[in-house]
Amino acid sequence: MSAIPMKDGLNETKPVSFYDLDEHEHPDGGSTMLGFWMYLMSDCLIFAVLFAAYAVLGNSYAGGPSPKEIFELPLVAVNTAMLLFSSITYGFAMLSMEEGRQRIMQMWLVFTGLFGLAFLSIEMYEFATLIHEGAGPTRSAFLSSFFTLVGTHGLHVTMGLIWLVTLMVQVQKHGLIAANKRRLMCLSMFWHFLDVIWIGVFTFVYLMGTLR
Amino acid sequence: MSDTHAHDAHADHGDHGHGDHASHGTRGSYIKGFFLSVILTAIPFWIVMTDAFKDPSTAALVVMVFAVAQIVVHMIYFLHMSGKSEGGWTMMALIFTIILVVITLSGSIWVMYHMNTNMMPMQAAADM
Repeated sequence: MSAIPMKDGLNETKPVSFYDLDEHEHPDGGSTMLGFWMYLMSDCLIFAVLFAAYAVLGNSYAGGPSPKEIFELPLVAVNTAMLLFSSITYGFAMLSMEEGRQRIMQMWLVFTGLFGLAFLSIEMYEFATLIHEGAGPTRSAFLSSFFTLVGTHGLHVTMGLIWLVTLMVQVQKHGLIAANKRRLMCLSMFWHFLDVIWIGVFTFVYLMGTLR
Repeated sequence: MSDTHAHDAHADHGDHGHGDHASHGTRGSYIKGFFLSVILTAIPFWIVMTDAFKDPSTAALVVMVFAVAQIVVHMIYFLHMSGKSEGGWTMMALIFTIILVVITLSGSIWVMYHMNTNMMPMQAAADM
């Protein structure tokens, strides 16, 4: 090690350090948003794999129904509207949070939850109808991959709703403290991210399935 | 956000205050994003439900373009993506993810398409 040539002046004054010894400042939760973004990106990869599975298996009907026969586009359009409305109400909740208006924020969060619940109910109704018609996940590879992809998205929305209710209780108990604001911002990213995934779902699964 | 800036001023080394600089948009930007999304959702649904295009593959292509446009709108107006947030790291992670998604999707479709094409005689035999 001593063979490494050093500038004399530098070597005499203090030992060479190879990493930053002075801790710089890390405010509590300062890197949470970036970390949560990393999680969302990895979640995006899960969906990419499920989309790839659907793209590969989507034509294998095994003599069963084709997308055109089973998809009801008006229902999907209503579902899309529900998710879009829940996105804008969550956006308004975040604006109220910035203004420190807790009650109005809670009201917007209630609306977000209701729209989310409506989305899930419509999806459950669609799934129940399909299974009742004999187009369940076991019918063909197309339906297996369809239920896996759309079901995984629905599961995410369910988790988001549980998270939403948890945060509303937290805010009611502790108010708009920094930690709660941070959590609400994470859920905001999660919720808008689910809407982005849904754009992929209604385009690739429903619209392009009907076109085939 | 004023307390965050106070933190930054406190940081002795100046360049290393890791405050959170997430932007939140304004009411106007949310409403603008919402209306753009509504339009970008309604048009592809209208195209498919009314069979506006004679050729299904043209329709599919147009619908896909609308989807990409809407994803970009959501990223900008709802997720507040910009090259500057978190010192550019969110954008880096996003670009990396997009590359992986493109490889996964195009790779799967390409490989499986060729496999299906080459397996055609088997498929035909199975159908008989």
